[in-house]
Amino acid sequence: MPYLPIPLPLPYPESEGFWEGCRRHELTIQACEDCGAYCHPPSPLCPACRSWKRGWSRVSGRGTVAGFTIVTRAIFPGMPVPYNIVRVELQEQQGLCLLGNLIDCPPETIEIGMPVTVVFEDVEPYITMYYFRRTEPDNSGET
Amino acid sequence: MPNIKDKTCIVGIGWTKFGSMKRPLPESQYTLACRAIMAAIDDAGLRPRDIDGIMRFSFDSNDPIRIADSLGLNLRFFGKTMYGGGGGCACVAQAAAAVNAGLATHVVAFRALSQSQEVAFGHFASLFAEKFSERKGVPGPIGWAIPFGLMSPAQGAALTASRHFHLYGTTSDHLANIALAERRHANRNPDAFFYDRPMTRDDYMNSPMISTPLHLYDCCQESDGACAVIVTSTERAKDLKQQPVYIMAAAQAGMWYPNHALILDKIPEIVQDETWQLAEALYGMSGITPSDVDVAEIYDHFTIHVLCALESFGFCKRGEGGPFTEGGRLEWPDGDLPLNTSGGHLSEAYIHGLNLIVDGVRQLRGTAPAQVRDAEIVLCASGNAVPTSGIILRR
Amino acid sequence: MESIKDRYAIVGIGQSPVTLRSGRSELSLALEAVTAAIEDAGLHTKDIDGIMGDHPIRVDAMAIAGALGLRRVGFFIEPEFAGGGVPGGIMHALAGIAAGRAEHVVCYKSLNGASKVTVPGMAFDLAPHENGFTRPFGLLDPAAYAGLAARRHMHEYGTTSRHFGAIAVTCRRHANRNSHAIMHDRPLTLEDHQQSELLADPLRILDRCVDVDGAAACIVTTAERARDLRQRPVYIMAAGQALSPCLARGTKDPTLPENETSLLSRQLFSMAGLTPSDIDVLQICDDFTCYVLMALEDLGFCRKGEGGGFVEGGHLDWPDGKIPLNTSGGNLSEGNLEGFNHIVEGVRQLRGAAQAQVGGAETVLVCGATGTATSGLILRR
Repeated sequence: MPYLPIPLPLPYPESEGFWEGCRRHELTIQACEDCGAYCHPPSPLCPACRSWKRGWSRVSGRGTVAGFTIVTRAIFPGMPVPYNIVRVELQEQQGLCLLGNLIDCPPETIEIGMPVTVVFEDVEPYITMYYFRRTEPDNSGET
Repeated sequence: MPNIKDKTCIVGIGWTKFGSMKRPLPESQYTLACRAIMAAIDDAGLRPRDIDGIMRFSFDSNDPIRIADSLGLNLRFFGKTMYGGGGGCACVAQAAAAVNAGLATHVVAFRALSQSQEVAFGHFASLFAEKFSERKGVPGPIGWAIPFGLMSPAQGAALTASRHFHLYGTTSDHLANIALAERRHANRNPDAFFYDRPMTRDDYMNSPMISTPLHLYDCCQESDGACAVIVTSTERAKDLKQQPVYIMAAAQAGMWYPNHALILDKIPEIVQDETWQLAEALYGMSGITPSDVDVAEIYDHFTIHVLCALESFGFCKRGEGGPFTEGGRLEWPDGDLPLNTSGGHLSEAYIHGLNLIVDGVRQLRGTAPAQVRDAEIVLCASGNAVPTSGIILRR
Repeated sequence: MESIKDRYAIVGIGQSPVTLRSGRSELSLALEAVTAAIEDAGLHTKDIDGIMGDHPIRVDAMAIAGALGLRRVGFFIEPEFAGGGVPGGIMHALAGIAAGRAEHVVCYKSLNGASKVTVPGMAFDLAPHENGFTRPFGLLDPAAYAGLAARRHMHEYGTTSRHFGAIAVTCRRHANRNSHAIMHDRPLTLEDHQQSELLADPLRILDRCVDVDGAAACIVTTAERARDLRQRPVYIMAAGQALSPCLARGTKDPTLPENETSLLSRQLFSMAGLTPSDIDVLQICDDFTCYVLMALEDLGFCRKGEGGGFVEGGHLDWPDGKIPLNTSGGNLSEGNLEGFNHIVEGVRQLRGAAQAQVGGAETVLVCGATGTATSGLILRR
């Protein structure tokens, strides 16, 4: 089930690789094959070095909440409120962010700086959505 | 680079009554456009056929061909500015560019909107709704936002506010200071939608939460109305009816971080953001500094973005916008930097920045409803957190 | 107030290939054209500080800025009226440069017009409201509007379908010499044209441009700066736009003595200090042949109503015509890039680098789509 009852993303030429990764339950971010810089949303050209050589690089899926809001007023009748929107900064690169939703997370516990990990949900045959969950500390002591 | 400081002037302003979703105006959006333009032409002491240029917004759906027909105009300069509310001052900037280059003589910049009849921007997702149902999904880069529930500008602004609060200790009281100042200004302005409705801090705090931490009164209205201004050369301005208002500077600034142009999720700690770049260009062209500004007309789609803009314009340091709003600093008549003295988008009407420019011109002519004594220099800034624009005007 | 004449120049041009199915996004095509233009000019990407947007918006200016990593963009405006607005974009760009908002402005056009694969970006445009007086009566497609105008011209002045066909044949001949044109390999005779299917009477399929996928771009800067750059500058002698109340009628009335195109013509020739006989090469936006014929009259290359006769005289044919038209094939046969290809070809002609090179070409007139709000340029070596 998607987190919200609203239309899902449609892949477009630059984003196809991203959604293919999601189908494999991998978070892949566009990376430049010449300079290595990550870029999201994906671009035909590397904004850092203007190379056309674009690749997809699997990332850890870990990041922190950089901004969040709890939507309390429904935009469309029937939208279930409250729900959260988060901006997550991925640990691989400063400023590399995705918008998403936190699942299984009471609104009052959400805070900026909270570590999160990506999770995937096969919502439709044609698209697997990504969401985030609070990162639990590992029993082995690693996070 | 050339500098056209003081080479062009605003010589006419016009506006209609303002309505809202709850009290809509009966006239069509197009009629409102014609009314505002004709009022500006009249104010300038011009005739319709003197107008040979029009600058519009990309969100404006008033057909320039119809306007040319209704008003009997032959136009030789016309275009649009992009990115919604970021484009208002850019209309004036491009009008000034046209006049300066000898490509037109009198250029109208206007905005007419009827959110009660058309699309309310609070529901920008509905602008895309057709595309969703056609294609059974959200196409293109807006798909990075809408499926996650980011469907209105308020939600994006809320993301920014959450981070500003966290990084700098900004609070809702600080945002309330902005809303309260503007409401007090609107209470002096008979044209303002909230003219006869004062607001207390409790009213603000008790107003419904839209998307944390933004309340209803942190958000601009959804209005019906129209405003227009006319730009011409300084030489020509001296022959016209009103005291000219000189355009000292007019600039645009693009956004370089991933551009969610409608989403307004601005990253507050980026120092050289679009508004900072705009400020640099405006101060450079005009030769003024922040302390020279007598009145600030800062686009107030959301209080948090006004606060960020005050920082980016150098009125205070990055992160200190909250404390800057304290002590009545933004309030007419005694504040150091009266803000949006007609009530702004929050309390006058939301005419996509044009009503702020109109108020700025009135301040410099000495005819504003909350007239700042000896106002010499006004800064007008269009929407931030989108590719933006601004102008600096003087007496 | 100093005139803009000769103070601005086009210094770089770029194009993507033109195909019927690019298999790429419009953003990708636009970036190819833009980076090619930057390279052609001998500039660095970061020299670009202004972007003239496209209309209708498929790829917006900030999408280009973001992909190129441009940190400072001080000029970005949107033209309007699609093909009518293309030369006007150059005019807006030079106005922005004159005002000190940017130094090097890139202008571009990109569309998957054939494959129709389009991705809405982060910026969009609200189209003007329709007035309800055209669509309910079947005026659903530009061809219908053009057909009405063409029929009136025929009735009033005795113009025939063969006159329109002659324009199609001329543009096709020129495309046959252009290795990048979509119709490079397909010759066309007047008989082929006459036998082709009717589109909107009296117009035939071959009176209409060919939709393609492709992009084109150019870079505008000051004349001083142009002289430091890689290519021979192509100076802008005149630039103008025109929008007239007659356009409110909805369809072009070819009998009006004055219209937006005649007003444009006066502005351009007056600014340049030239007359039609001074123009060596013509680039007229050719969505439909009939509009080109009417534009020849409105621009002053022949008298009102005499477009047919003018076309018959072979004046528009390269290499011997006195005023070759759409020398790379135009929208009709190079491919419909809404007239941006006309600017690029005009620049090539003046650099001496065109495939159907007009010998000794000194001046080019570029005219946008007519029967709509329009614009134009006069360029020179």
